[in-house]
Amino acid sequence: MGFTDVYDYVNGKVEWMVNRQPVQGSGPHYAMVGEVATQDRLQTCVLGSAVSDSASAMGESGDTFCLVLNDHGVVLGRLRRKHRDADSNDVVEDVMETGPTTVRPTEPAKSLLERMEKRNVPAVVVTTNKGVLVGVARRSDLRRLVEESG
Amino acid sequence: MPADLALDSLRKMLAKGNTQLIEVLPEKEYVEEHLPGAINIPLKSMNRDSVAALDRSRPTVVYCWDDI
Repeated sequence: MGFTDVYDYVNGKVEWMVNRQPVQGSGPHYAMVGEVATQDRLQTCVLGSAVSDSASAMGESGDTFCLVLNDHGVVLGRLRRKHRDADSNDVVEDVMETGPTTVRPTEPAKSLLERMEKRNVPAVVVTTNKGVLVGVARRSDLRRLVEESG
Repeated sequence: MPADLALDSLRKMLAKGNTQLIEVLPEKEYVEEHLPGAINIPLKSMNRDSVAALDRSRPTVVYCWDDI
């Protein structure tokens, strides 16, 4: 079509909005889970890691789990504190819980917070629709976001 | 092939004020929320006629909902 200087903003409107960039339009506008998803203090490990190494780091973040990722950052499973007692020769894929529940960054924060409070869930894993880790949304952060957004 | 663009690079381009920004989502989604200054050309209606008014000499950025 004759264009020579063309770019694809590949992560699109989702990334723009969860990074709280300004938007125009009639709405509805709502706070999204992705706005508070963070990898700060989040424990992760990769396939092939020794359970003893990965599990020992749990608790330092305040979270009670360690996410297992593949080389592409896709969330495959989760270790819990109970796995700290695994055999010292085990690798994470031997004991991990597969397919943890995840939500998308565009999920409305308010409804997710309500579900988390009802079930006393402290944090949820946020991934892209291809399963790549975005971060974890902690209930306290979601509550603050919902309060701020009215 | 268009070059991939990350968030920070897009912000820098938009700050220069010379970039054409095109949302290719359906009109309803564009009306609800779009990046500031974006125009809407839904992908299904993109053809020589619908892009005729665009300036070929300016940088052009297209985006949709996400690609991740």
